[in-house]
Formats: sequence, structure tokens, C-alpha cells
Amino acid sequence: MSLLQLENLSVSFGNFRAVDNISYKVEEGEVLGIVGESGSGKSVSSLSIMGLIDFPGKVSADQLTFDSQDLQAMPEKQRRKLTGSDIAMIFQDPMTSLNPCFTVGYQIIEALKTHQDGNKKELKARAIELLTQVGIPAPESRLGNYPHQLSGGMSQRVMIAMSIACDPRLLIADEPTTALDVTIQAQIIDLLVELQRKKQMGLVLITHDLALVAEVAHRVIVMYAGQIVESGPASEVFSTPKHPYTQALLASLPESASGKARLEALPGVVPGQYDRPLGCLLSPRCPYATDHCRKVEPANQGDLDRQVKCHTPLDSEGRPAA
Amino acid sequence: MNESDSRLILKAENLKQHYHVKQGLLKPEVTVKAVDGISFNLEKGKTLAVVGESGCGKSTLGRMLTMIETPTEGRLAHLGEDLLTLTKDAQAKLRQKIQIIFQNPYGSLNPRKKIGSILEEPLVINTSLSKSERKEKALSIMEKVGLKAEHYDRYPHMFSGGQRQRIAIARGLMLDPNVIVADEPVSALDVSVQAQVLNLMMDLQDEFGLSYVFISHDLSVVEHIADDVMVMYLGKVVEQGSREQLFENPKHPYTLALLSSTPQLSPEKRRQRIKLEGELPSPLNPPSGCAFNGRCAYANDRCRSETPTLRLDSSEEQEQGHLIACHAVAEKRIGTLVEGAA
Repeated sequence: MSLLQLENLSVSFGNFRAVDNISYKVEEGEVLGIVGESGSGKSVSSLSIMGLIDFPGKVSADQLTFDSQDLQAMPEKQRRKLTGSDIAMIFQDPMTSLNPCFTVGYQIIEALKTHQDGNKKELKARAIELLTQVGIPAPESRLGNYPHQLSGGMSQRVMIAMSIACDPRLLIADEPTTALDVTIQAQIIDLLVELQRKKQMGLVLITHDLALVAEVAHRVIVMYAGQIVESGPASEVFSTPKHPYTQALLASLPESASGKARLEALPGVVPGQYDRPLGCLLSPRCPYATDHCRKVEPANQGDLDRQVKCHTPLDSEGRPAA
Repeated sequence: MNESDSRLILKAENLKQHYHVKQGLLKPEVTVKAVDGISFNLEKGKTLAVVGESGCGKSTLGRMLTMIETPTEGRLAHLGEDLLTLTKDAQAKLRQKIQIIFQNPYGSLNPRKKIGSILEEPLVINTSLSKSERKEKALSIMEKVGLKAEHYDRYPHMFSGGQRQRIAIARGLMLDPNVIVADEPVSALDVSVQAQVLNLMMDLQDEFGLSYVFISHDLSVVEHIADDVMVMYLGKVVEQGSREQLFENPKHPYTLALLSSTPQLSPEKRRQRIKLEGELPSPLNPPSGCAFNGRCAYANDRCRSETPTLRLDSSEEQEQGHLIACHAVAEKRIGTLVEGAA
């Protein structure tokens, strides 16, 4: 049984579907990468797993289970117990996700208190232990610090400490390193992967950095305008992409071009709320689009291990199948 | 004036920008050396990339080049004319020739102005063109950067990030500049849009013979667009050279660490991760000696006491203009240690 299983999850705000019928699963001890440009629904889909979508947003799914427990059917109280302890999340901007009015120690202990018992002394000892685990030097002295006294990398370490406070079995990291410098990014990613291995957590890594996902993820999901367009093992998806969007994304990276040649830019932008096309959502930007693509929305092809949502998936040479 | 001199657009010598910071009533004033002694030559049609982590002084450098800030020390010459000793009027004239594009296209366009008036503002201030001539010029530049004529009467909020960055580039081009300082022009954009904007910048460079000072922290973008690269750390240049020298034969431990930290798509290109401990030290209280010594695996007592100077790489004769500021490289300690560790 998978740790987390989604089937046809949709999130809509009024008439607008930010996330459109996505299905995936996360196994224990697996790193799943979700990539896509801004506005593709990566964050909204993960917020809906955490139960953090507020009115007027509406979440619907055929199946949304964590460890065989139905997240939709369970009472609100029980779900809140689960999220934060068994499912935890790290947000993009560490500087604004910590409360500036309270010390770091207070905020970590607050997370512990909500889900675990223990007296003051034990909780403090646990907080120090957590800060040590995430590699913060002199953790005792850091407990009394306010968030503004910490750098971006340090704040993100504190956020990670809070999220692993209750030994979660699934950790969702939403762009955990986007606001950080490359050398700090490398430190934070190494830390996350090390924790994931040690605790055999499932890790969902949401990012727009394809190279980062290629380095750490086992499986990868590519999202476009709220839909999953391609999924599969990371090495396969990046070496032989089957969806034109994945191919175009990879080609537009500067490292794919030799020397100072022009980059293969995908024209146009991700469609927003008011300009969603008929048929395949990529069709206005896709170099291979046919009239059929512009009228009929393609179905997902292949089994759940290697899926592609395209009428004419690309073959191993990167050409569309006839 | 010989051939190479006439191609030289911008020449900076030992540029410094020091800020005085008050720390409190009774504490002494501290000097922050945001940029501390930077020299480079920028030729016509070339791109100089400035790389470094946040807080290393790359944006301050950009602000000095565009004369938003006056350097505390050093020389800065545009086509042989010293920018810092000119009169105010002459400076204003020269400012037209060096333009800047900012990082965040959402913050750098006035939301109350239409694209037309945003683009024409530099012309209103600096030229005596008539209204219709200004509009003609704005429309022609808009076409060059891939905007449509109907965008002229729209407001910035009606555009996506990539289009806004095109508007910012168009604004930079309005006064026919020679140099464009681009301060992280693509870091706020998605990859597919980033590719569009980089292509546009390279096309414009070919068409107008522009020179770019390209400030970025993204090494894969820099490797693609740059001719020369300068790696900065805490206000100082630690390594400077051509793109080939820097990416194929990096020498400074900081450059090596930066390159190894950048995620790579293809497994063959991945380098062995050099783990950097800690973070950039506070510029209020920089370490003595080499600024990098606290995070460097090769640091010894000399590194902790004596500041290395930027010097030519002596190990290879054919390497022209590859400058490195490192004791360990100069003493050839690095090669041996790497083998020892492996």
C-alpha cells in the first residue's frame, strides 16, 4: 500500500480549476519531484493534501488516502492531528513563514506541544536535539533568537527542524531552496535527502529547478496548467521525455545549448484563468500540435509508472509518433 | 589610439564602495567594504558576467557603473572619458549611454503609467524630440523587443513577468546606450520565459553591438551568455577570466564550490560535491586575511593572516588574463590536497 495516494484530485476556485484531475502516489522512502512553471498548480495540489485550501477553494478527489486512511472522510479534528505530525510541509520562503514575534525555540516547542506530551524541560531538550539534527551550530543559544536574527539558510533549517519535529512519514517541501543561494541550496538539499534516507520518509520535492530534481528525485511528475502531463522515473523522463512540454522545458535550459547559440525557447506563456484553450492545454505553444490536439483533450497514456498526456507522445528520438 | 583601445567601452580600475555604518550610540562607526577594489575592461559587443552569492557586492557594483552611486575610490572610464571627474551636465549626458535593467519586473515599472509613457520618459528628460517623434521611437523599440503596437496604451499589471522584462529592456534601449547593466534580469522568470528573454538579449547585442554587464547568481545562465566572468566574494574578486578559463579550468576553491553546488541535469556533467560549511561572513566583521578562509578546506595560517591579491595564474603560461586571488593556488597546495582527499 502506498503512503499517499491521490486519484483524480481537483482544486477549483469558482469556475477555475487550478488543479485538474491529478493522480499520483508516493511510496515510503521515495523522493518524488514535482516540476512545472509558476501557475501550473504545484503548490495548490500540495496545499490540498495538507488540508490548507480555504474557502472559496474546493477540493474534490475520487481517492485521497494517507496510509490507507481516507483524508476526506475523516473528521476535521483527526485530520488536523495527522497533518503536522505524520504529514509535514516546508514552505518556500523561510523568512516569512516563521512568526517574527516569537523566538525560534518557542515556535519549535509549540509544534511539539501540539502533537506530543512532555514537560517543559523535555520539550526544550527535544528542540535542541532537533536543531542539532538540522546542523545549526550552538543550538542552545539559538533557541532564544528571533527569526530576524537568522539568515535565510538558518531560517530554512529551523523550518525543517519544525517539520521533522514529530517524525513525519511524509514530508512535502514546496520550493525549499528557491530563495537561497546555490551553496546554501546544496547544504539544505543534502540535509533533506539525508534526513529522508535516515527516517525512510516519503519526500515530495516541489520545484521549478529541473536540474535539482534530476539530481535527487527517484520519480518525477511534470505539471502544466494544473494537469500532470508526464510522470515516470526521473532518469527516464529527463533522458527520453515523451511529452512535448517536457522536451521543450529541457531544451530551454541554458545548459542544453552549446556555446552562445540561441536557446530553444517555447513561445508564449502558461495559460491563466481566462485564456485556457480548448483541447490540449499546450496546443497553442506546442510545435507538433495538430487540429485534433486543438479540439480534443488527450487522455493519459501508459500505466501509472510512466504516463504521458498527449495524442502523439514522442519516441526515443524525440519525434512525435504518427 | 590603437584597435583594442577603440573597442574598449568601459574600463574600471580599483573601484571601491565603502559605507559607514553606525552601530549604536556608544559603539564606534564601522566601515562596510561593499565593493573593495574591482578592475575590469569591457569591450564593445561583449558580455561581462558578475557572479556571487547575495551580499557579495554585485548589485552595488551595478549601481556604481550606472552612476546611481558614486564610488568612494577608483576610476571608471567610458570610451576613455573618466566618469567620476566630469561636471554634472556631462555626467548626465554619459548616463544615457549606460542603462540598467533591474531584477524584479514587478517592482521596477510604475503601475500608474502606461507602457508608452514609461518608455518615453527617458526621451522627455534627455532629448528635445516632439511628441510624435517620441511615440515613433517607442513603437520601433517595442517592435524590436517583441511587443505589439497595441501594448502602447496598456498598464504594467496587464503583462506577464516575461513581457514586463521585455518592457524594462525596451526602456533601457530608448536612449541608444552602449552598455546595459543587467542586474539578475532572468532570475524572477520561469525557465521557458527565461530562455525567451536570454535569446532577446543576445539578438539585441548582435543588432546594436551592445555590451552587457550581466549580474547573476545562476552559473548555468552565465556559462551560456558570458564572454568574461568575474566571481566575487564579500566585495572582492576572487577569480576573473574568460568563460572557458572559468568553467573548464576553475582554480579558486570558492569557484570550485559554486560550480559543484549548481545542480546539473546530465549525470556526466555533475561534479563531486564540495561541501561548503557555514555561510557568507558578515561584512560588518569580515575575517582577517582571505575572506573565504572560514569556509575553505585549504586554509592555513597564511590565509588567516594575509589577504591574497588578485594575480595572474602562474602555473600555465598560455592562460592569458586568468586572475586568481588565493594563496593556496599560488603555492600550488590545491592540486596535492585534492589527490590526498581522493
